[in-house]
Amino acid sequence: MEVFLQQLINGLTLGSIYGLIAIGYTMVFGIIGMVNFAHGDVFMVGGFIALILFMVFTAWLGLAVVPALVLVLILGMALTGLWNWTIERVAYRPLRGSFRLAPLISAIGVSIFLANFVQVIQGPRNKPLPPMIQGNFVLMGEGSTTVVLAYKQIVIMVITAVLLGLFWYLVQKTALGRAQRACEQDRKMAALLGIDVDRTISLTFVIGAALASVAGVMYLMYYGVVSFSDGFVPGVKAFTAAVLGGIGSLPGAVLGGLLIGLIETMWSAYFTIDYKDVAAFSILAITLIFLPTGILGRPEVEKV
Amino acid sequence: MTTATPLLKVDHLTMRFGGLVAVNNLSFEARRGEITALIGPNGAGKTTVFNCITGFYKPTEGMLSLNHPNGGTWLLERMPDFRINWKAKVARTFQNIRLFQGMTLLENLLVAQHNTLMIASGMTFLGVLGVGGYKTHERRAIDKAIYWLEKTGLIDRADDAAGDLPYGAQRRLEIARAMCTEPVLLCLDEPAAGLNPKESLELNELLRSIRKDHDTSILLIEHDMSVVMEISDHVVVLDYGTKIADGTPKEIQNDPKVIAAYLGVEDEEVESVEAEVESVAEQVAETGR
Amino acid sequence: MAASAQAAAASREAPTKAQALREAGFAALVMLGLSVPIVALRTEQNMENQLVLAPRYGMVLLACIGVFLARYIQVMFVNGLTRTLLIVGSFTLLGGVARATGQALDGFSVGVFVIGAALIAAGFAWQKRVDAQAGAPAAPAFLERFSAIQPYVGPAALGFIAVYPALALWLTGTGGSIKWIDNFGIQILIYIMLGWGLNIVVGLAGLLDLGYVAFYAVGAYSYALLATKVIPEVFPTLGVWSFWICLPISGILAALWGILLGFPVLRLRGDYLAIVTLAFGEIIRLVLINWVEFSNGYAGISTIPRPSFFGIPFNASDTGFAAVFGLEFSPIYRTIFLYYVILCLALLTAFVTLRLRRLPVGRAWEALREDEIACRSLGINTTNTKLTAFALGAMFGGFAGCFFAARQGFISPESFTFIESAQVLAIVVLGGTGSLVGVVIASIALVGGFEILRELDFLKLIFGESFDPTQYRTLLFGLAMVLIMLWKPRGLVSTREPTAFLKESKSVSGSLVKEGHG
Repeated sequence: MEVFLQQLINGLTLGSIYGLIAIGYTMVFGIIGMVNFAHGDVFMVGGFIALILFMVFTAWLGLAVVPALVLVLILGMALTGLWNWTIERVAYRPLRGSFRLAPLISAIGVSIFLANFVQVIQGPRNKPLPPMIQGNFVLMGEGSTTVVLAYKQIVIMVITAVLLGLFWYLVQKTALGRAQRACEQDRKMAALLGIDVDRTISLTFVIGAALASVAGVMYLMYYGVVSFSDGFVPGVKAFTAAVLGGIGSLPGAVLGGLLIGLIETMWSAYFTIDYKDVAAFSILAITLIFLPTGILGRPEVEKV
Repeated sequence: MTTATPLLKVDHLTMRFGGLVAVNNLSFEARRGEITALIGPNGAGKTTVFNCITGFYKPTEGMLSLNHPNGGTWLLERMPDFRINWKAKVARTFQNIRLFQGMTLLENLLVAQHNTLMIASGMTFLGVLGVGGYKTHERRAIDKAIYWLEKTGLIDRADDAAGDLPYGAQRRLEIARAMCTEPVLLCLDEPAAGLNPKESLELNELLRSIRKDHDTSILLIEHDMSVVMEISDHVVVLDYGTKIADGTPKEIQNDPKVIAAYLGVEDEEVESVEAEVESVAEQVAETGR
Repeated sequence: MAASAQAAAASREAPTKAQALREAGFAALVMLGLSVPIVALRTEQNMENQLVLAPRYGMVLLACIGVFLARYIQVMFVNGLTRTLLIVGSFTLLGGVARATGQALDGFSVGVFVIGAALIAAGFAWQKRVDAQAGAPAAPAFLERFSAIQPYVGPAALGFIAVYPALALWLTGTGGSIKWIDNFGIQILIYIMLGWGLNIVVGLAGLLDLGYVAFYAVGAYSYALLATKVIPEVFPTLGVWSFWICLPISGILAALWGILLGFPVLRLRGDYLAIVTLAFGEIIRLVLINWVEFSNGYAGISTIPRPSFFGIPFNASDTGFAAVFGLEFSPIYRTIFLYYVILCLALLTAFVTLRLRRLPVGRAWEALREDEIACRSLGINTTNTKLTAFALGAMFGGFAGCFFAARQGFISPESFTFIESAQVLAIVVLGGTGSLVGVVIASIALVGGFEILRELDFLKLIFGESFDPTQYRTLLFGLAMVLIMLWKPRGLVSTREPTAFLKESKSVSGSLVKEGHG
């Protein structure tokens, strides 16, 4: 029982991270119908930016952890957003058109470029950081079967919930959100009605990256280490989450993220840690084969 | 004309998409050797009926039976789309032309004869090795393609890409391609859409000749009344997925329900509108033919 | 006509210097934002294994200046050649300056600086010429002549490839040529074969397969396991023939895998098919890593027997190839033999592709790519058609994998990553819709370019001793993928040759050919 509860807490924490990344995938797919291959690596870049900023604020400027974290979050979101904005302008926008393979190859190229760029620029070794936030609540049990809720887990879940709330408000209530939903439904019509489609798409990429950067901070906080190759596997898992929840659906992305996080932690705890990545890929394949529209997705009927 | 035995029998066909009922309990017959037209205002469900007949949608309820002239009967609602063409010999064209744009006209027509050629090439194996007389069969297929290209007036452009053709020519090519599958029932989805009057007349000629020379019955969806009234033997009218009239073109022309459906008229006003329509119809009768 | 073209050119606003400066400034600012903090501060581990930050502001400055210049040139000058000359020139110039300030102000730095200046001058000269022919910027003549010689490119390339080993031997001698024939020739040919194999799936049938490496792996591991475990125990006398026996078996096994994997996924459309195939590719790799009893995990399988000359092994013994043919022993013989083996395998792939294109199955593939629904309405069982494409592509991938294992003598899961699939896909897409010649050119460019970076030691002279070009290979590869897509989204060869014609074969423009929806 205790193991289960502990894994539940761990899974929800991990799932929050995946959910934040998944939103980026689902938003971009919703608006331009493209699977942004490079999104996982943008998440990794966000993690690195967070790492360096955190070191700057704590080691150089001597700030305490909490204010440093807040600054890291804000600045990280802005800088990672800038990265994605640039990528979209340079590598995707010129290729927006009828030929669908070109942006996909370009995205793969960007993904390879980002991972190797960070490898070259920052060095191939893992970057470990002393734990940012330590300490935990002991919820129940004792000895080897305690169930602990670490402070950092609380922080992660709270920040995720707050951001999702803000984001939800943004999409549902503001003009930008309306423009985005309009572009998702019918881009040509939205343009005819005066919506600046290019700008809306850019902003979608920026927001997706901002959320991914938050996920990067969380990842750093949770695992305490980041490396240039950390973009691929979490990226695929987050994409699996987006597909599982229903690609194009924002609540679906979050739901999918939580599910994948739970499945991963439960699998590692109850079966074996070896094949946990295989589990993620297998879920992806199974979902796409048997439930391509996901749990909360809208079924598409092709016009004959 | 041959005896009007039923070729296609649509029985209580219903198609639901979630909560939306696109086709509601539709029953009609398309008879052998006839040209049957399916008409109705936009959104009446005509293409949905086609999609059910040709296997692209699975009907929610109902039966679609096809009786071949030489005796076989096919239950179309149970068959996958490609088998409906291959075995039941039902061919179709599409509302938004679906040609193989990057392939030449000749190639388009050769693809239509795929199944025959596949068998002739020994399911490809004999063909790769160069044995088995595939060449002869390919020659025959090309001859059939030439026949249909000449019949649709496209023979001069046989080696051009299908995507390069003007709109009217593309429509004709789609019909030629469908005919290369030697169907007993040809379903045409708005074949006259976008055609100018001269092209519409040529289309009428083509369809009549198909019916006469190839013993192919035709089921067509159309909005262009000059085509419908001119060549159909039998007209079925749909509105909001329900059949509101079924008869000869003359009967349909004067049917108040049909007029009301097209004009969107309240039931009380039908009589006055009917009178108006009758006078217009008389005018057309004098000058149109 | 000319007058109106000139008028049009005049009315199109020429970008002003101020505009260009503004754009360039903005670009430089963005570059600054991108560089901070990742470029500006490098994380390193100090003596106590703690993470510290090492500043690198010089690099940031260089990057921003570079971007500023590039954007300025891009905005101010429209002509492609001018832009290229000016950008390359200014970067070279900057490189010279960097070396002069960073290392030594010596002859080499000055030399690079001068080359840069010369390129910039050439750029301006070209622009003058373009301006003189106002309204009709003439493309350099050689580009026009290229389309005229296009039909001869294929056979010429084939001829060159056939005699390449002899050429390499003649130019670099027995010792040096091994590298050229093996690392370049054989490597490029492997990718050409993989490209032609994937071409059947992606280029002809329009099915987006991102997990092609899975079949490559199946082929390689089939041969490795059969040749190291099964044959020595069950048919030891056949040892010397193991490659030739296992080659068809690998292909068949890979084809079976293709059918197995293809069956559940082939009804998915476009992007989803791509992702699922990617997932399968990764699953196979992860299983190979983790199922140690079967595949030996990360350690891989070694001492895989090499191919024999149809029963005569390539070793220094008396029954070896050299002894039998009365030649002095040299490893070059096996290398040359391997080269011709892969060449024949690749040509087999091309032959089958060309043959099948003219048969109904090949036409059905292309029709499938154009419009699947229309195919179904013509009685074509598209599921079978897709499976055939998938299985056939898999089979050739399996052949290539078997060859790869035999050539290396050692395989491990690390050779079968997603990057491999991406590389082969990039080759096919860059080559252009189903074009065989395009794949050849793309392979030579991408793989050859990749390998040649290993040879560019002279770059060390510019960037300093600690510069290792091999580190940058994958980086440049990713960048190249993006740049190539921006330059030629439809690939190098963007026309399609019809497979049947009445009077004459007219190439179909690439803009009409669809890329497939899976």
